[in-house]
Amino acid sequence: MTAHPALDKLTAIDSLLSEEERDLATTVRSFADDKLRPYLADWFEAGEIPAREIAQQLGALGVLGMHLDGYECAGASATMYGLACQELEAADSGLRSLMSVQGSLAMTAIHHFGSEEQKQEWLPRMAAGEALGCFGLTEPDFGSDPAGMRTRAKRDGDDWVINGSKMWITNGTVADVAVVWAQTDDKIRGFVVPTDTKGFTATEVKHKLSLRASKTAGLSFEDMRLPGSAVLPEVSGLRGPLTCLSEARFGIIFGAMGAARDCLETALEYAGSRIIYDKPLAGFQLTQAKLADMTLELMKGQLLALHIGRQKDAGTLQPAQVSVGKLNNCREAIKIARECRTILAANGITLDYPVLRHANNLESVMTYEGTSEVHQLIVGQALTGEAAFR
Amino acid sequence: MNIVVCVKYVPDAQSDRTFSDDHTTDRTNVDGLLSELDEYAVEEALKLVEAGEGEVTVLTVGPEVAVEAVKKALKMGAHKGVHVCDDAIHGSDAGATSLVLAKAVEKIGKPDLVLTGLASTDGTMSVVPAMLAERLGLPQVTQVSELSVADGSVKGRRDTDIASETVEASLPALVGVTDQINEPRYPSLKGIMAAKKKPVETWSLSDLGLDAAQVGFEGSWTKVVDVTQRPAREKGEVQPDEGDGGTKLVEFLNKSKLV
Ligand SMILES: Cc1cc2nc3c(=O)[nH]c(=O)nc-3n(C[C@H](O)[C@H](O)[C@H](O)COP(=O)(O)OP(=O)(O)OC[C@H]3O[C@@H](n4cnc5c(N)ncnc54)[C@H](O)[C@@H]3O)c2cc1C
Ligand SMILES: Cc1cc2nc3c(=O)[nH]c(=O)nc-3n(C[C@H](O)[C@H](O)[C@H](O)COP(=O)(O)OP(=O)(O)OC[C@H]3O[C@@H](n4cnc5c(N)ncnc54)[C@H](O)[C@@H]3O)c2cc1C
Repeated sequence: MTAHPALDKLTAIDSLLSEEERDLATTVRSFADDKLRPYLADWFEAGEIPAREIAQQLGALGVLGMHLDGYECAGASATMYGLACQELEAADSGLRSLMSVQGSLAMTAIHHFGSEEQKQEWLPRMAAGEALGCFGLTEPDFGSDPAGMRTRAKRDGDDWVINGSKMWITNGTVADVAVVWAQTDDKIRGFVVPTDTKGFTATEVKHKLSLRASKTAGLSFEDMRLPGSAVLPEVSGLRGPLTCLSEARFGIIFGAMGAARDCLETALEYAGSRIIYDKPLAGFQLTQAKLADMTLELMKGQLLALHIGRQKDAGTLQPAQVSVGKLNNCREAIKIARECRTILAANGITLDYPVLRHANNLESVMTYEGTSEVHQLIVGQALTGEAAFR
Repeated sequence: MNIVVCVKYVPDAQSDRTFSDDHTTDRTNVDGLLSELDEYAVEEALKLVEAGEGEVTVLTVGPEVAVEAVKKALKMGAHKGVHVCDDAIHGSDAGATSLVLAKAVEKIGKPDLVLTGLASTDGTMSVVPAMLAERLGLPQVTQVSELSVADGSVKGRRDTDIASETVEASLPALVGVTDQINEPRYPSLKGIMAAKKKPVETWSLSDLGLDAAQVGFEGSWTKVVDVTQRPAREKGEVQPDEGDGGTKLVEFLNKSKLV
């Protein structure tokens, strides 16, 4: 565990948390330090993770779908969920992604828009980490603009038949169930697809330089026949997927600061023990300027995350505020990760330290759940009333 | 099956440990936690109850902050807690501590099983379990690394340097467990959220029918008359390898009687 007492004392973020919130952060942090951190470098290098085992451990901790009510979900506050994201992402963004996709995307879709049978069938097992989910919205040609999607679902009697493909789908190759969004004759609808359905294929995306401790897949659907009961009955149009994305974005606001904190803790420790020109690197003014500036951004980002978390719990959160948080915290986190890498210099480029792993991961985190540019446009629209998307 | 688990609140071994002027361990001005070795006892109790039925009560004797040890066990899943807290207990030795624990176990009711850890991580005497069993008139099976309960008896495996023994005792009994018996769980989110609502009783000596003279410095059989803090660790010796690194290493190991 790399916790840095002087940093914690300066930010004093703990003083803004309830006992319950601190306890949850501690439990997730200890779990991540004991059970994940020792293996992260190897998982990242190999591009492999024991996703099922990790999901079961996260299920036992109770963090999968933790902010949902009922169906064996804990019904915790949004801020608690954010803190869990922060502690998991302090280990690796890929593991936080596993939790986000399961809880905020796949489970939220079924929880908010599913039928009673769909909820009963999937949610308790997903909360326990016994069943894994993925969320298929993005397509090879449609990322920021999902409305243009080409995947089509056609009615055939009572059944639905789906053709098309999805790209960049986290957990795609390990999932038991996929929530797939497809264009129908009417509007975009969501479908709950068991991954052993005939016509469903998932192919792993290889050669990633980011989020290697996470499985990413392309999905393809060839005359994939589903019963009428597979559709998510309670939503149509883009509102469905966008609601889920907003939940996952919220978690990233906290998560990105976890990765940044881990980098800064590592750099502080390193600068204190690395002797250069006969004194610790931490004793040079240029290094201190970097450390001080990074601490400011970390602290501001953590405060922003908490502010947004409290608003969400109070029910007053506006979607554009989520964009403010995601835009700022991803952007600052990746800057911090890269700056920390300079302090570790050559050691910083290896997997012996987490900093470049975090920096590389954060490239994906800046991209998914809405790119930085898309969030600038959302904030811009909120400020000016002018939509500049197209 | 109803189980009482005795847990101790100890100073965090990661931080500096200090002694008060009266030679007792400073428990109030330092970071403390549920003794790690007692987490195994809590875990074992939870597993036994989860496999059948009953309740787990955690019991601690210690100053006000010691309630944190009880809370940690409640977050892990124990059902209720008892904290014996009384200024007069300060300075109690193992004998006096076991007296307070015994009275508290009796007041809790007649548990089927009393579980303890292997040793506290601060006092590390490993004697409280035996003393407690004796005072309660219970059979004791201590230092077990495997435990099963069936048909009114417990069976435990004790591993020693030369043999592994299986010891059986009839219930009710006291069992002390080692750190080999299980892997303690992390407090889960549900455990954390539920713990707030779980009852914790605080008892004083008079609640237990004990007199101040029976515990503390006065009631203890032994007294610490002097303590010397271990000197700070000395700086290690660096031996540059000039082709004879292996020889130097063997010489060092020989000199330190490590081989
Ligand atoms: C590791 C990883 C995991 C992912 N997991 C999932 C998943 O589980 N499920 C899922 O559905 N998707 C997932 N995604 C996909 C992700 O959501 C998309 O990559 C993202 O939405 C961006 O889409 P794109 O890559 O097609 O970029 P494009 O949309 O092609 O964007 C290209 C560039 O254009 C910019 N741009 C876009 N629109 C505008 C505009 N109006 N004005 C100005 N600039 C603009 C973008 O910001 C970007 O810089 C994942 C992606 C990654 C990298
Ligand atoms: C430096 C030092 C010197 C000491 N010197 C003496 C001495 O000379 N003579 C003497 O008799 N005592 C001495 N004490 C012992 C001190 O009073 C003990 O801490 C106390 O009596 C408990 O014994 P233990 O910590 O060794 O517990 P152990 O016997 O090691 O504990 C075993 C188990 O008993 C249970 N348990 C122990 N204490 C409690 C508690 N308070 N509440 C609930 N459960 C508990 C736990 O399950 C624990 O795992 C000394 C302690 C210290 C730190």
